[in-house]
This record gives sequence, structure tokens and C-alpha cells, in this order.
Amino acid sequence: MLDRLHDHGRARRVFRQRILFAALISLVVVLTLLGRAAWLQIAQHDHYLAKAEKNRTRLVVVPPERGRIFDAQGEVVADNVATYQVQITPEHSQDVGVELAMLADVLGLDTRAVEALEERIRVSRRFDPVLVKADLDEVERARIARLKPWLPGTEIVSSLKRVYPYRELLAHVVGYVGRINAEDVKRLDPDAYQGTQYIGKTGIERQYEDRLHGEPGYRVVEVDALGREVKVLDTQRPVPGKDIALTIDVGLQGVAAAALGEYAGAVVAQDPRDGAIRALVSRPSFDPNLFVDGISHKAYRELLEDPDRPLYNRATRATYPPGSTIKPVMGLAGMEYGLIDPDERFFAGPYYQIPGNDHRYRDWRKWGHGWVDFEESVFRSVDVYYYDLAFRMGIDRMHAFLTEFGIGQETGIDLPGESAGLMPSRDWKQRVKQQVWFPGETVIAGIGQGYMLSTMLQLADMTSTLALSGVRHVPWLVADDREPQPRLTLSSDDYWQRARGAMRAVVGHERGTAHKIEAPYPIAGKTGTAQVFSVAQDEEYDAEELERRLHDHALFVGFAPFDDPKLSVAVIAEHGGSGSGTAAPIARQVMDFWFGVEPDADVQPEFSEHGD
Amino acid sequence: MASDRLQPTRWGDRLGTTLRSVFKLDPILLFFVAVIAMIGVVAGYSAAEQSEAWVERSIVRLGLGFGLMLLIAQIPQRWFFAVAPWLYAMVALMLVAVWLVGDMGGGARRWLDLGVIRFQPAELMKVAMPMMIAWFLARRPLPPRPLDVLVAVLAVGIPTVLIAGQPDLGSSLLIMASGLFVLFFAGLSWWYLGAFVGLVIAAMPVMWFFVMHAYQKERVLTLLDPTSDPLGAGYHTIQSMIAIGSGGVWGKGWLQGTQSHLDFLPEGTTDFILAVYAEEFGLMGLLVLFLLYLAVIWRGLWIAEHAESVEGRLLAASISMTFMVYVLVNAGMVLGLLPVVGAPLPLMSYGGTALVTIMVGLGMLMSIRTQRSFLGHNR
Repeated sequence: MLDRLHDHGRARRVFRQRILFAALISLVVVLTLLGRAAWLQIAQHDHYLAKAEKNRTRLVVVPPERGRIFDAQGEVVADNVATYQVQITPEHSQDVGVELAMLADVLGLDTRAVEALEERIRVSRRFDPVLVKADLDEVERARIARLKPWLPGTEIVSSLKRVYPYRELLAHVVGYVGRINAEDVKRLDPDAYQGTQYIGKTGIERQYEDRLHGEPGYRVVEVDALGREVKVLDTQRPVPGKDIALTIDVGLQGVAAAALGEYAGAVVAQDPRDGAIRALVSRPSFDPNLFVDGISHKAYRELLEDPDRPLYNRATRATYPPGSTIKPVMGLAGMEYGLIDPDERFFAGPYYQIPGNDHRYRDWRKWGHGWVDFEESVFRSVDVYYYDLAFRMGIDRMHAFLTEFGIGQETGIDLPGESAGLMPSRDWKQRVKQQVWFPGETVIAGIGQGYMLSTMLQLADMTSTLALSGVRHVPWLVADDREPQPRLTLSSDDYWQRARGAMRAVVGHERGTAHKIEAPYPIAGKTGTAQVFSVAQDEEYDAEELERRLHDHALFVGFAPFDDPKLSVAVIAEHGGSGSGTAAPIARQVMDFWFGVEPDADVQPEFSEHGD
Repeated sequence: MASDRLQPTRWGDRLGTTLRSVFKLDPILLFFVAVIAMIGVVAGYSAAEQSEAWVERSIVRLGLGFGLMLLIAQIPQRWFFAVAPWLYAMVALMLVAVWLVGDMGGGARRWLDLGVIRFQPAELMKVAMPMMIAWFLARRPLPPRPLDVLVAVLAVGIPTVLIAGQPDLGSSLLIMASGLFVLFFAGLSWWYLGAFVGLVIAAMPVMWFFVMHAYQKERVLTLLDPTSDPLGAGYHTIQSMIAIGSGGVWGKGWLQGTQSHLDFLPEGTTDFILAVYAEEFGLMGLLVLFLLYLAVIWRGLWIAEHAESVEGRLLAASISMTFMVYVLVNAGMVLGLLPVVGAPLPLMSYGGTALVTIMVGLGMLMSIRTQRSFLGHNR
């Protein structure tokens, strides 16, 4: 007990010592810190004062001008125009309140806007300009200019804004720029984008962002103690972005869009000789100018919720069953694999049955076509001929051959967001659907239905390959070094001539499905329909609208002139009924414009229920 | 009678006693703390580009902080020690949980996500550690015997290592210090202390080659020569020293600091607020501020010396010295004496969790000052 009390007393004593020691240590620490501060602030004061002076230069970044975009004829399709904004610098103003009141009157600002401005001016530094209003029109600029003597703190400054003069016509190709957002920041170089407001969000604007953007310049300015610019010490001019020329011809693009008329759909026109895309139309479209300075939430929702989906690129992103347009390629495959002799006649009845199976695969023509050879099978679009061919070929060989022609493959065009489509195979079905491949699926694949999906761009490219008997090019929009594609070779060049000849007969033969678009120059082509399987549930019941949405999509692919192909075209008119009635006349109008032929008044798109 | 002459003193004494017993606070400590906080707002206003919104937010935060401090001060000190082992055990488990399932943030695994809130158990450990060691040692004969020392060192070491591995070297050092301070005040023999210091020096090369991350080494190296990397790790130090050095003896005046205003000095309202203050108020301003800090520390030590219970003494002394370490680490960094670590300046830096931790500590100090054990009475 005594021992513990003794211990207690000792511990108390030790504690007191340690407290004193701690007090001493903390004093030493504080004196050390003060000593260091004194050394910096007394002994080194002059040295650091000089450094602080030197510190007074500031780098002001000057953003580069964005490169412009032109079409093939030199028409500007993405331009930079000066916009003007008015700003007020409190320091230069004699009475900010009076100036603000005058500006509010001239510009029609409401009291809430003025109060917000007053608050902004109150919290910002007196020498920093405060933005009063952006995007001034000419009248506003003139009014302010007239009042200038009474507005010493007010100035009008200009900045460049992206403008798309062709609005919806090229929205899906050129794309648009928008304000840099948090997501963009992740992928861009912060140094290169200092001071830049816009970045390419879609289309060519995004694809060629690096080329269009340029490099920022800067000014080294001396600032005074409060950060005002005193003088410019050094200037490095920005390097403007490079201009870009597209392969697109605005005239052709406009004709193609007009030819589609009321139909939603797409038109792709390509030069088969080098792969250059001359028109890339997707309808309906939208005005890209809306996105430049940030689209309003309401307007954006309207675009998103529009049942016609104007933001959806139907030329490169949407996929459709290619339908009968693949029949010439199927014929090539049949000849190559030795499954058909093009001259041999085949009896095409009203339907086809897989041996030993009851299911009837019907021809589009209720009573069948009778005896047909290969050429007839193409220009009359005989389904039964291809059911039989596909069944004998099997899906594996079909997959191999059609993949060579680009079905189910991205073309590699220089636009973001291209879809690959789908060329089904046993392996694909096992992987995605966990099911084995059924022979019936091969049969309907033979006429481009079922799982098979392609983009209009793919079909145009496939047509170009047919047009030049196997010469292939990656489709492109901006001249660039492109690797030549290996030519597709078959065991006999005659196969190409057979397939091309059959396509010529589609238009040229009087019983051809597209004979009514026969033109002064020889057109070859193939009509098709893409079956619409399901109908989206409409919120409001509208019999007429519902009926329209059940119609098949009309397809046409073609090239001209037949002997020396210079243009390939792929057209889809959604719910257009038949390729012959709707899509082929649209292609004809596109080609007429390109080859300088007066439009033939007889050939107008017309709705017809089926026929190829 | 002499009582006439003593009347005012006694009156003042009575006021102090009344405040202490009714509101349970220490007016002297409160005064120094409040003055430092006010200086923080004044300097922060300048650093935050004279934003009144910033001042409002910072006053709201300080108000909450002071509220918390005064709330903690109302809790009887024996309650702290009743929960100490449980709190310690819980936080230690959380640290293990962070190790296993913690949220990554900024390349470090520091946060625990409880669905509703994300927080850093390390911050809680700053409070729990000195409480735990004080509770443990106060229950044993002092000065502590070797076995007790060993247990205490383990209790300090395990969370320290866990937190150091997050990696959060700054917090782990502060937590280790707060635990070791308790051992020191409990009367750990100088031999042990000498051995410990020797061990630390011996461990430095090991730390350098095996424990420290590349960025941490870089910061130490730039301390030796800040100009070696003027745009990287050395940037803060250089800009901070220019701001302080150009301030001179009397400073450039409030709101007149050029370096902080031209955005040369990053983090002016948080970790580097001392540089803003030193530029505008000069050496004289620093003298006043450091003396205020010294006053807080000394008042804390005085409270420790006058505390009635052994555990209260140990806890109060440890809190005071940990506070000193905070000041030393931040000011040392801003003045270019220590490497740049993300450490706030107590009561000056704008920031949430650090303020909470510090206010809890100060609240405990007040509680120890005013709350007597059940046998005690006001002296």
C-alpha cells in the first residue's frame, strides 16, 4: 500500500517534469518556425521580393481557329462566324449602376438578369470584364456603338462560333461541335485545349478533331500587383486548325435527300473507282447548329423522343435485312462453288420445301415464276431459286462468301459510330442464342432475310465491288492515304460478267423489276425489300399510321453506267413497300443528277405493295 | 479588510468558475482558439478571392466545429475512458475492413463506404488512440513496467502500420505520435525513449528503400532542392517561400498579397493558408499567430498538470502535444522545412474532417478541465 502511494507520488513528479519538458519542446518548435520565417522574411526578403516581381508575368492563352469543312466542290459546310458579346469592366466605368441600367434598356434585360449581373460584378475583381450578353445581333451592336461615349466601361468583343450552313442536310456526316464537357476532358490534351470552348462531338467533327483543332498560341503579359495586364511581353500566334475537304457533293446530297421525300431512310452514293462517298443521306435529320452552344433540355428531349429518331444515322448505323439485293452475290457464290450453271433452267414454283419437311417457303409471286435461268432469277427476283441455292450451299459457305463482300463487317469509313451489321453463322448463333443452326434459317438467309443485317453503306460498298468485278475500296469521306484493298478473285472472270449482266437486266429487261427507271445511260441494279417483323407499340392508336409502319422497307442498289461504272447507289425507304416502286426511282433521280440528265418526269417514287 | 481589494479578482474568479461548472468550458482555451479561428477566416477571405460566400460557408463550418467542441466538453471525462477500449477496438476493426473492402480514392485505399456515408477510419483513430493508451496505462502502476510498455507499443503500432499502408503516411505518423506521447507522459524511462529515437533513425533507410512511395521520396528530395522540379513537386514549396519571403517583416497588408491573388499559390485556403497570411501580415503576423498556438498548447499542458485523474492527465497532455505536431508539420511544410504532405493547419485551414478531429480534442481538453471525478470538487 505504501509502495503504491510512493509510486503514485513518483509518477506525479515524473509527470510534472515531462509536462515542463513538453512545454519547453513546444517553445523550441515555435521559435524554430519563427526563426525560419524570420530568415525568409528578413534575411531573404529582397531575394524573394525580386522573385515575386518576376512572378508577375502571366500566360494568356489564345485558342486557335478551328479548321473549316468543305464539300468536294469547295462549298463551306462547317464555318466559323464571328459572334459578338458585350462585357463591362467595372474599373473603367464611372458608375457601373448607370451603365448597367442603360445596357438593360438597350438590350431589353429583365430585372432578374440585371440583379444577377450586379451580384457578379460585386464578387469579381474590378479589372475583370463581366459578360453582359452573348450573341448580339446587329441592331443591338449598333445601339451600343451609338451610346459608346456614355458607356466607358462597356466593350463589344468578338469570338468565333461554329455554324453549319446546310443545317440538317449534312448533320449525320459533318456532325457537330459542342462545349467541352467533363467526359471530353478525359480524352483530350489539356495543354492543347487551353482556352478552347468547342470540341467535335460526332461525325467528321469528331473523327478529324486533331486535324481541325490546331494549336493554341499565347501572350506573355506583365501584370501589376493586382493582376491587371500592364503590357504584352511576348506573343506566340496560334496555329489554326487545318481545313478539311469532303468527298461529299452537296448538290448530290441535296438531290438524294429530296428524292427520299417524305420517307425515312438513307441514300449512299459512292464512286466505285476509288471508294469516295459522294452522298450519305439519313432522313429525317436535325439541325446541328442547335448543339453548338448547348441544346436546351426540352429541345434535346424532343429530338430523342421523336418516333422517327432524327438523331439516328440510318446510313452507317441503322441495320436492315438486305433482302433480295444480295441475290447477285448469292449467284456469284453459287457459280464459284459449282452449285449452279447460269444457263441451266430451274423450275421455280410458288414455294420451296426442304426435302422431308412440310414447311413452305413462299415466293413473293403467289403463282411462281416457272422455268428461269440465273439471269431471270435476278431480274425477276425469283425467291424459290435462291431458297434452293442457299439450302444446297449451306450457311457455312454462305457466311464465308458474303463476309468477303463485307456483310457483317464494318466498312472502315472515317466516321465514328459505324455498325457492323450481322452475317449469321452457326458459331454466332451458338454464342449469342445458345441454339444450333436450323436448315430453315439457311433458306431464308438466301433471300437476305432472317438474322442477316447490313447497313446502307455496306450495301453501297458491296454494289461497288460488283460494279468493278471485285475491285474493292474502303469507303472514305476525307482524302487520306488509304491502303488498297486486295481484289476479290473468282475462279472465272465470267462469273462477274454473269452477275453484272443479270443486274443490268433488272433495269434493262422489259420484265426486270426496275425496268421503269431505264435511263439514257445504262443502269444496273437490284431491287429488294426488308421485311418488317415487329411493330413498336404505339402509345396512341392510329390505324393509318400503324398500317404504314407494317409496310416493308423498300431497297434498291445499283450502279451506272453499266460499262464504265462511276457511281454506285444504295437506297432504303422505310415502309416504302417495294424496291421497284419506291427505292429504284429515288436512285434514278440521284444518278440523273450525277450524270447531268434531265429528270424523267415519269419516274417518280410511288407506293406499291411488294413486287420484288 | 483586504477582501475589498480582492473583490474584483474574486468576482472574475467566480465568473470563470461559474462558466466552468455550468457551461463546462475553459474560457481561456476558448478565447485563444476563437482568435485563431477568426484569423483563419480573415486570411481565408483574402485567399478565396474575397468571396463572401466562402466566408459564410467557413463561418458555418466553424460554428458547427465550436458547437461540437462545446458539446464534447459537456461529457464527463470518465465516459471517454469507459468507451475508450471499445471505440479503439471498433476503429481497429474498421481499419482491417478498409484493408479488405475499402473504397479506392485518389490511388489510396482510405475510405469505408457504409452506404450512407463514406469516411476515413484513420480520422477516428486520431481520437481513439490517445484515449485507449491513456485508459490502459492509467490502470497500471506508473511508470509503466516493461510488459505494459510492450502492450502499449503494440496497441500503437498495429493501427499505425495499417494506416501507413493505405497509404496515408501523414495520418499514421500523427496517430503514432498521439499514442507515444501518452507513453512519454506516463513516465516511460529515458532509456526507452533514447532507444526509440535510435530505432527511428536506423529505420529511415529501410523506410526509404522499402516503404515509401516514389512520390513521397520525390517530395523529400525536392525539399533539399526545390528548384530541381519547379513545375512539379517543388512548385508548392517555391511559390510558398516566395509569398512568405516577399511579405517581409510587416507584410503587404490584408488583401494586398500578390502571390496568392495571382493564383501562383495553389490551395491558398487549405493547406497553404499560412503562406497567404504570412505574405499579407508579415513576420509580425506570424509572431502573433505562433504565440497564439503556443498559448493553446501551454494551456492544454496546464490543464493536464491540473487534471485530477491519471488518465485525464495523460489524455490532456497527449492532445496538447499532438496539436503541436499538427502546427509543426503544416508550418514546417509551408516554410519549406519539411516535405509537402497533405496536412492542415489547425483552426486555420478550411476543411471538414480535420476541423472535426481537432475540435473533438479541444472539447476533451475542456471536459478534463471542468469535469471532476465523482470524488472531486471544484477547486
